[in-house]
Amino acid sequence: MNYRLLYFASLRDTAGRAEETVASEARDPRALYAEVAARHGLTQPIAQLRIAVNGGFASLDHVLADGDEVAFLPPVSGG
Amino acid sequence: MNTFSLSDTPIDSIALRSELEELGVGAVTVFEGRVRNHNDGRVVAGLAYQAYAELAEAEGARIMTEARERFAIEHALCVHRTGELALGDLAVWVGVSAAHRDAAFAACRYVIDEVKARAPIWKREHYTDGEAEWLHPSINSPD
Repeated sequence: MNYRLLYFASLRDTAGRAEETVASEARDPRALYAEVAARHGLTQPIAQLRIAVNGGFASLDHVLADGDEVAFLPPVSGG
Repeated sequence: MNTFSLSDTPIDSIALRSELEELGVGAVTVFEGRVRNHNDGRVVAGLAYQAYAELAEAEGARIMTEARERFAIEHALCVHRTGELALGDLAVWVGVSAAHRDAAFAACRYVIDEVKARAPIWKREHYTDGEAEWLHPSINSPD
């Protein structure tokens, strides 16, 4: 499966990219994050992240489809 | 105009306020969040906001709809900055108009609290000592 990944804030800085396309066997955001966290040295525990798939909030166990856009969102700090 | 929007240019609070006002509305409340010069014991030189724009605008629109459903208000608007801001700059603006003050105050408070908690927007502070960091409230210091 190919996924479009988006990174924000400290995750973007650590990963050294705002987005990328990856080929992965992961079928949900939980497994996908484990893969990319290991590859990019991301240290935020997944329990502290929110996930968005194709522009909407989704669960860690959301079943991904080929071509999905997946965003990993660290705790927000607007305002 | 959308009831919630992001802006990468300075917020025009006077223009926004004029959109809220209509004859006989009774009460207008405005919250202006500005860049302050200290946070968590450090001296702040400026900051930057980054947003996941697509989702921030969708979640912001949901919050504005919730405010109109929960409180007896006429209009509610919110604009949040992105990009680089200097000390004193307007970071977020919320305005609510209503027939009576209780609903106007309550809705204004609701909008700013929910935007801070839910909108995918992140703040990177830079300090006078040359360091900078992203604020992720549940990981580092409370906001």
